[in-house]
Amino acid sequence: MEHIRTTKVEQVKLIDRFSTSNKSLTGTLYLTATHLLFIDSSQKETWILHHHIAAVEKLALTTSGCPLVIQCKNFRIVHFIVPRERDCHDIYNSLLQLSKPASYDELYAFSYNPKQNESKRLQGWQLIDLAEEYKRMGVPNSNWQLSDANRDYEICESYPRELYVPRTASKPVIVGSSKFRSKGRFPVLSYYHRDKEAAICRCSQPLSGFSARCLEDENMLHAISIANPAHHYMYVMDTRPKLNAMANRAAGKGYENEDNYANIRFQFVGIENIHVMRSSLQKLLEVSGTKALSVNSFLSGLENSGWLRHIKAVLDAAIFLAKAIAVENATVLVHCSDGWDRTSQVCSLGSLLLDSYYRTIKGFMVLIEKDWISFGHKFSDRCGQLDGDSKEISPVFTQFLEGVWHLTEQFPQAFEYNEAFLLQIHEHIHSCQFGNFLGNCQKEREELKLKEKTYSLWPFLLDEQKKYLNPLYNQDFSQKLVLLEPNTVSFNFKFWRNMYHQFDRTMHPRQSVFNLIMTMSEQNKQLEKDFKELEAKMKQRNRQPEELLTKEPVQSVHPASPALKTSPCFKKEQPLLPMNDSIRTIEGSNTADNRYREYMEELSKAEPAVVSLECGVARMTC
Amino acid sequence: MEFAELIKTAKVENVQLSCPGLPPIKGTLCITSHHLLLSSQPGGNGEPGTVELWLLIRNVDAVEKRVASSLGTITLKCKDLKVLQLEIPGMEECLNIASSTEALSSVDSVMMMYPFFYRPQSMKLKDGWQLYPLQHYYQQIASETGAWRLSCVNGDFTICSSYPPAVIVPAAVDDNVLKKAARFRQGGRFPVLSYYHKKNGTVMLRSSQPLIGPNRKRCQEDELLLSAVLDGGERGFVIDTRSAQAAKQARMMGGGTEPKSSYPRWKRLHRPLERGRPLQESFIKLVEACNDTSLSVDRWLSKLESSKWLAHVKGALSTACLAAQCMEREEACVLVHGAEGTDTTLLVTALAQVILDPDCRTLAGFQGLLEREWIEAGHPFHFRYAHSAYSHARLKQEAPIFLLFLDCVWQLGRQFPFSLQFSERLLLMLFEHTYASCYGTFLCNSEKERCLCEVKEKTHSLWSWLNQPSEWKKHLNPLYTYNALVIWPSVEPQSLQLWQGLFLRWIRSSQYLDEAWAEVQRLVTSHEDAPEESAGHTRCHSQPDAAYPLTITGTANEG
Repeated sequence: MEHIRTTKVEQVKLIDRFSTSNKSLTGTLYLTATHLLFIDSSQKETWILHHHIAAVEKLALTTSGCPLVIQCKNFRIVHFIVPRERDCHDIYNSLLQLSKPASYDELYAFSYNPKQNESKRLQGWQLIDLAEEYKRMGVPNSNWQLSDANRDYEICESYPRELYVPRTASKPVIVGSSKFRSKGRFPVLSYYHRDKEAAICRCSQPLSGFSARCLEDENMLHAISIANPAHHYMYVMDTRPKLNAMANRAAGKGYENEDNYANIRFQFVGIENIHVMRSSLQKLLEVSGTKALSVNSFLSGLENSGWLRHIKAVLDAAIFLAKAIAVENATVLVHCSDGWDRTSQVCSLGSLLLDSYYRTIKGFMVLIEKDWISFGHKFSDRCGQLDGDSKEISPVFTQFLEGVWHLTEQFPQAFEYNEAFLLQIHEHIHSCQFGNFLGNCQKEREELKLKEKTYSLWPFLLDEQKKYLNPLYNQDFSQKLVLLEPNTVSFNFKFWRNMYHQFDRTMHPRQSVFNLIMTMSEQNKQLEKDFKELEAKMKQRNRQPEELLTKEPVQSVHPASPALKTSPCFKKEQPLLPMNDSIRTIEGSNTADNRYREYMEELSKAEPAVVSLECGVARMTC
Repeated sequence: MEFAELIKTAKVENVQLSCPGLPPIKGTLCITSHHLLLSSQPGGNGEPGTVELWLLIRNVDAVEKRVASSLGTITLKCKDLKVLQLEIPGMEECLNIASSTEALSSVDSVMMMYPFFYRPQSMKLKDGWQLYPLQHYYQQIASETGAWRLSCVNGDFTICSSYPPAVIVPAAVDDNVLKKAARFRQGGRFPVLSYYHKKNGTVMLRSSQPLIGPNRKRCQEDELLLSAVLDGGERGFVIDTRSAQAAKQARMMGGGTEPKSSYPRWKRLHRPLERGRPLQESFIKLVEACNDTSLSVDRWLSKLESSKWLAHVKGALSTACLAAQCMEREEACVLVHGAEGTDTTLLVTALAQVILDPDCRTLAGFQGLLEREWIEAGHPFHFRYAHSAYSHARLKQEAPIFLLFLDCVWQLGRQFPFSLQFSERLLLMLFEHTYASCYGTFLCNSEKERCLCEVKEKTHSLWSWLNQPSEWKKHLNPLYTYNALVIWPSVEPQSLQLWQGLFLRWIRSSQYLDEAWAEVQRLVTSHEDAPEESAGHTRCHSQPDAAYPLTITGTANEG
């Protein structure tokens, strides 16, 4: 609280981000220990978590006040005008401090209290059990076993304690191999395909330089290769562009020499590094945030950002991986440089293509826990949770979510979860409200005592899973489709409006098919339930209507009894999604809106013949 | 001319047909005066192998042939954008089929076209031609106001050859004034009523450009006609679909735009919209980009951008919204015109009505809108849709203005998925039928030509086919509920999408999307049978219907 000098400022204007004439709402700005809150004159609240703030900017003073622009990590951008410069300065300074916590204990997760009892909180942490997950995959088995080599994080700090390795890999081989791998991240099992007996393994780059060899590392790869009884070759996928990998050789790192490893097939897949991705996203946001954007500058900006090209590269790599396993029955070892960014992307997306379990809500949580959290994707650094090196920030996990979104677009019935689920997870990797994504690796998380001091996100998502269910999900579809084979032709890569313009509601469709279907299937379920209850009641009372019920074919969603018609349940239409104001409302078609006046003013100007239609028509209507 | 003269080889055996997304079919190819037919050889296990290609030759946009020794390959690029490949044994046969197809597809005489020969048993000639007479539309207006009248001044098409015989004009203006005003407008297209906005009594008019010319001519009657539209102190807006500069330049050619001095109560707004050659080129470029599946993401985006198609979509939607806003919010009357008043003018007036008027968003209302604002209003369908995006022929007056309109309506449907009573399928069907059809609805350039060719006597109407209950159902949107509000779309580039269902229809498999859509329909229809109270809405009923199966038999063969 020592950072907060002003807690309340009145007569603050919230400017419409895309309005060319600075249309605004007036209200009061409140600064709390965790949030910035704006309440406009119609009592509509806008909450911004301090941790979500990526940048605060104070622009030059104008006649109406001092402009303050806040960019958030969830892609919300708010533009305030504070009447007095001093207030603006206070808020600016406070936010600057509050948005950049210096240490973990300042993070929201340590103060967040959902008023849950201790045993429930602990249960929440046990919801996702990775040992259980490896069991589900079918390990340990005759070829793979749990290794205790890293039990006390002695050989790799950024790996979890429990690691699965080939049975034939002895401890000295493991230790030797880990010494030959960047950050000690030696090859371990990420996913085991029960039917094909093939595996996805992951590691970091070898310290091969120009000519170095390591017998243990060669043995390690051989052990992985022979753990797949069907095949005599394995793929080694270096997810970096070849040039980057070669440059690493000069630093004593590099990639596997095919001559030194028995029966490997080496493959580069060319995903760019975190710095390229960061600047790509920066460019994308610059374009999408432009006022009065023309179609052509949008498309050329989208092209220049390279963002969709990167998403395609990640998906292409995942498809290569999945096909190697499903079609060739071959084991694949994936690495990049340190094996925690691109490797996590490719391994997790590859598993998602192969295994329909990861396309369920619970399975997706497991996938993130396994390939991202446990294997040491540096969430804290990549999301900039603490004040630190800005060059470590990169949207690697965002790209993973976008890859998944692209798959849901191509296979609308293959996923149990919907877009809102992906967006919610994205929200929380930055919110620092739950313990899951704090820290950079398991060891660090243990030191922070997250399981004692914070809550896990997953049980909360599971509690409200109704919101995240895809009403079109078809389990049969998912099972019969063993491998998802997306088409990565370029026109299938689209700008993800609902992510990057999540908070710019005027750009969204005004009526949502998705919400309607959700509501309908929800109502159908309710009807079904009520119907069964009524049926049971009637049986109990042993009265005539029973006959009536059995006469007509009982279809789950077709209530047949006239008694049902008057059931009060039909009348309730509770909104399911936060954005679902009501079922078929047309957002933005309110006649009493104020954006239109701005248009009228323009239209009424005396100058001849030039009336600019405010960048989007929607501007005038909402 | 006899069709037989153009057919040198009528039948070839063992022809292999391939079409993206389907296994190749081998069979017998026949060529008739209007169709290419392929009937497959009976299957091995006693199946009656009659998978058929029944392709209306008019649908063929380009024929490309390649001959290697004794095997010829013909690629048929169709106006509906699908591409078929025929492998024909025998060089001569191949060349003959190719040249016959080419000759038959480019027959330009309207009365030789298939609609004049198409006689389905289930339909009666003359049905469907009088479904949406302007008189009906006028009567609605007359019941609300006495300010308008139906004029038959163009009864014999002498005042304006592209106008229908009856038009709606201000009641205060007599036919003599109209005749004189017509002489002051290009092609005689004097200002007439296009749309009456019931909510506040404002109107939208359309016309062609006034013939101001380099000497700044004036026409009292034209000024009188336009001021008769406005009450007392009211102001109106002229939306010119050309840039201010282009409108000024048009004066050198005898055209121009309404100067403030002569039309003081009309405020001019310029919204340049592309038409003609540039629009056709935009269409060609877009189709080219869509067909090249080897493009990198960057190349794809750059080609999508350079086609400018989505920019045209945005332009058309924004201008239509501007017109709609002038009426709905500004409560002012609007006059829309470009140069000839037969292309971008109609695009704007028709779109504005879909945005403003819930009646135009019903299936019947939309047909009425198309009749009024495109067909009777004299959009030159014959000229504009002679060739599609593949043709090698020298382009004359081709331009996909109507396709642009359909795309904009599709965008509205994406943003307001419950507000259109018809589905994407209707828009695709209309697209196909503008280029090649067995019905007479989109033949000719104007009502005058349709009269001369006796289209309404000798061909069937698309509407009477569409309005048969079975077809009607197929074109409905199961999610529709009546929505009385104006539907203001977002025209931000982030909100506009490429119409994949049309441009990628034959290129990518849409199996999973179709299945998902069928599931949506299933959920909605099963929900529909629940008591009304549960939904709280009335909705049109329709059966689940797998969206658009990739079929090569297409829609051109109902017969």
